[in-house]
Amino acid sequence: MRRIGDAPIVRRLLIGAALLLSALFLLLPLVAIFAQAFSQGVAVFWANVSNTFTLHAIGLTLVIALMTIPICLVFGVALAWLVTRFSFPGRRILQTLIDIPFAVSPVVAGLIYLLLYGRNGWIGSWLDTHDIQLMFAWPGILMVTIFVTCPFVARELIPLMQAQGSREEEAAVTLGASGWTTFWRVTLPNIRWALLYGIILTNARAVGEFGAVSVVSGAIRGQTNTLPLHLEQLYQDYNAVGAFASAALLALIALLTLAAKAGLEWRASRREAFS
Amino acid sequence: MSIRLQNIAKHFANTQALEPINLDIHEGELVGLLGPSGSGKTTLLRIIAGLENADRSPQPGKILFGDRDVTNVHVRDRRIGFVFQHYALFRHMSVYDNVAFGLTVMPKKRRPSSGEIRARVFRLLEMVQLQHLANRLPAQLSGGQQQRVSLARALAVEPDVLLLDEPFGALDAKVRQDLRRWLRRLHDELNFTSVFVTHDQEEALELSDRVVVMSNGRIEQIDTPDTLYRAPKNRFVFEFLGDVNHLEGRVRDGVLTCGDAHLNVDLPDGDEELLLRPHEVRLAEEPSPESHLPVTITAISPVGAEVRVELEADWLAKPWQATVRHADFERLHMRRGQRLFAHPRQWHRFKEDAKTPEQQARVA
Repeated sequence: MRRIGDAPIVRRLLIGAALLLSALFLLLPLVAIFAQAFSQGVAVFWANVSNTFTLHAIGLTLVIALMTIPICLVFGVALAWLVTRFSFPGRRILQTLIDIPFAVSPVVAGLIYLLLYGRNGWIGSWLDTHDIQLMFAWPGILMVTIFVTCPFVARELIPLMQAQGSREEEAAVTLGASGWTTFWRVTLPNIRWALLYGIILTNARAVGEFGAVSVVSGAIRGQTNTLPLHLEQLYQDYNAVGAFASAALLALIALLTLAAKAGLEWRASRREAFS
Repeated sequence: MSIRLQNIAKHFANTQALEPINLDIHEGELVGLLGPSGSGKTTLLRIIAGLENADRSPQPGKILFGDRDVTNVHVRDRRIGFVFQHYALFRHMSVYDNVAFGLTVMPKKRRPSSGEIRARVFRLLEMVQLQHLANRLPAQLSGGQQQRVSLARALAVEPDVLLLDEPFGALDAKVRQDLRRWLRRLHDELNFTSVFVTHDQEEALELSDRVVVMSNGRIEQIDTPDTLYRAPKNRFVFEFLGDVNHLEGRVRDGVLTCGDAHLNVDLPDGDEELLLRPHEVRLAEEPSPESHLPVTITAISPVGAEVRVELEADWLAKPWQATVRHADFERLHMRRGQRLFAHPRQWHRFKEDAKTPEQQARVA
């Protein structure tokens, strides 16, 4: 018996359409980025990449990502632990609040931060009298990056920790383990893959974030310009090759992230098959 | 180590999970907490373990292990072994590491040397007959094997008391029987005090020295399995410990009538409900002067030492169960659809007021 939609024509048509769309919307742009970046030769590409401002933008982007990850990691684990291991009034509201950064447009997030922490902002004006500047400097970029990336780790962990329950932790405690030992030897090994996955997603978003950062950074070349902002500026200055060189770098980071993610998924599926 | 609970109660939000409970468990005893789900038996076990806190108000309760007051002692310092319903083995650790866990997390002063840990773990694995699976992960073991690992893990730290939450609930009947016998032997050999939770009356009666029957957060009766079965204190205990047949009717002038059925009883006039166990129902081809209870056989299960027969009648709200000896079964040529007469050998009656339980049994 033949299942519905299993006729050779239908099958070929569907597979063909999927392939065509993937090629048009995913693969072609990616190829175009690299083609444009190298359109005037490797030397020009290299000159653009090794430009002082580009190098600074790369550095700033990576530093921001490196600072964001540990903060989001600790925040995400603590939040997931809190929400899945304790019951308290407001637990559901907290779980909804976690999603705010996903729901709010990053530009709006940036504007809110500017409103609060800018020189004329509610908190910013007080900080200003103490000579602390957050907006239009790297701390501001870090703050909004944390805002847009903080749900990733918690979102990965909460369903997993809910499914696993707290029985293993209870067992560890009845056997005499301290809270710290229980976390390191029982909780953490059980969530490590979800945790790594959350980190990968956090990193991808932290590196690529444009909207929120563009509002609070001021985009000062060589000072507060991240790679996505730098790319935008180059493009506005009609430096197509320079812009695409930066874009190629970002695309490269994205590809590496995807490879890491695929690698993790492959490992996880092998572990499942093994057990 | 004896366990003494004084005035232990528990609320969850607005529901009372446990009414104030007093319970003494003697040293070396194996006690079963038996009750339907929601009766508070698991809550009580978790309170003994320290995984749950008893209410502090209106009156704080007290938990004593021997002479040691452990009411405010944290789980990790109570020196208990806890076996979880679904084993709760550490899924990323080998069988060996699971059993060794309790020893390796001891503070340095008390922790045995690594050689000694190894020797002890293998001694335990030998005891549960799993030494050949020491390097496996829990997911690679059967349910029965996982439960044995979980027991070995709990015993590794040499607990004062062993607490088991529905230890055999998730296993199939055959494995359950084996493990039950094995646990009883282990208990007698090592002589620790154990408390286990179950909803299976057969398991509780077979395994326990004494059974605590619970319902709705209350203790209904504490007794040896034998006393419990022969002299249930109230209707709940009677009904929970086995199959029960109901006979409802109105008594007038010493005759209980229900539709076209009637039975001579020595009771005052009024509505009555009599209870009978399946083995208290005798079947015959004729009614007797004392009883006229016409029934029809609707199902027959000839498995086991006796034949189980299901009986229906117009005057019965729910079918009756009767157990018949194979000899009688053959003598009466029983088959489905056959009409016979039931004769109670004995019946029980409980007053509605549960506070003053009273049982009457009489031979009819």
